[in-house]
Amino acid sequence: MRIFRILIAKPGLDGHDRGAKVVAHALRDAGFEVIYTGLRQTPEQIVRTAVQEDVDLIGLSILSGAHLQLSKKVIELLKKEGIEDVPVFVGGIIPQDDVPQLLQVGVKKVFGPGTPLSEIVQEVKSILQEGVTKTGGA
Amino acid sequence: MEHKTLAKLITQIENNPEVAPQILQQFPEHQSKVIGFTGSPGVGKSSLIDRVIRYIRTRDLSVAVVAIDPSSPFTRGAFLGDRIRMREHFVDDNVFIRSMASRGALGGLCDAIFDVVKLLEVSGFDYVLVETVGIGQSEIEISHLVDVTVLVLSPGFGDEVQMLKAGVMEIADLYVVNKSDLPESDTVYSQLLAFLALAGKSEQQLCKASTHANNGVREVVEKIERLWESFYADGTIERRRKRRTRYHAEHIVRKIVEQAMNTVQENATNPYEFVKLALSRLCENHLRGGQGGGI
Repeated sequence: MRIFRILIAKPGLDGHDRGAKVVAHALRDAGFEVIYTGLRQTPEQIVRTAVQEDVDLIGLSILSGAHLQLSKKVIELLKKEGIEDVPVFVGGIIPQDDVPQLLQVGVKKVFGPGTPLSEIVQEVKSILQEGVTKTGGA
Repeated sequence: MEHKTLAKLITQIENNPEVAPQILQQFPEHQSKVIGFTGSPGVGKSSLIDRVIRYIRTRDLSVAVVAIDPSSPFTRGAFLGDRIRMREHFVDDNVFIRSMASRGALGGLCDAIFDVVKLLEVSGFDYVLVETVGIGQSEIEISHLVDVTVLVLSPGFGDEVQMLKAGVMEIADLYVVNKSDLPESDTVYSQLLAFLALAGKSEQQLCKASTHANNGVREVVEKIERLWESFYADGTIERRRKRRTRYHAEHIVRKIVEQAMNTVQENATNPYEFVKLALSRLCENHLRGGQGGGI
């Protein structure tokens, strides 16, 4: 039986992971296996974790303002490791104006402050479902 | 093996244990030193493993870690947070860390663990470290899986009466008092020393460590190695591996029986009739060549 595995990671230097924990907990309660990397991870550490844990989805929590650079780097490294098919979503303090740019570098979805957890869970489910349909369930 | 390939194979085995025999037979036999770490939640198993990896890596040996955390019995979800403690090894090509959820298995392990450990062994790692779910007093299954069992304890464990209780206190080859920087650790240490004498075990099976102060880890690894060498020399490892095969087989049989029981309609009026129906269903399946496997 397949249970989806989600990596929740905090790249960069900001030291607040309450948001990441709240989202990880909600996803756990929604029946996912959530791997949490903890604070202050480099994009390299996150992508290597994604490889070893064979995750179906990556969520990045970024409050530092470096979301463009960090997300771009993570997506580049995913390509380098040959796992660019793993979708990435970003949550945190993201100015509305930056959202189009994030989507353009390959981020699947952006969740700003105040997004209801039910909406995050719903979106996560639909992103994963999309992946299953595309790969025929593999 | 590339980490990506290995990771995908583990997922396949985890989601569909029947594929395990086909996957495993593709690789030449290789035996790793398989070491289990168990103990209550929060005693510092993951942090100790982190330091153990660091020490093993100074000698340029490769390490795989499987860290198990519990699945929710209500939602099947899990929060896998062991690798947080091992972050300095994430980008090391000779360290492979995999978090696994218990997925309903009891005893501190998960159903796929036997095949996953086997896969990591044939992948050629020098060491395979298994971290159980944080456990209580009776979870001894880890000792059926590994070559050497390490029980991690910490101050606040309780008095010597706790040590006399049967179960997990009996299975350890090495007792580690972690958090030895905390004041109460000396008491636990001397109580354990007395316990070991009483249980007919050796002082060599006890050590203290502080992952916080980075003390004692070298001794932990050296004692594990000495135990492994002596178990290898006196045939203990071979016996334990035979026992592991038997337990793995038992797991598979139990799963097959469970599947057969699920196919029995609930209109059986008493348990004996239920058993009869389940066994006949089992024989039918078996005759049809459904061997089951994996798990």
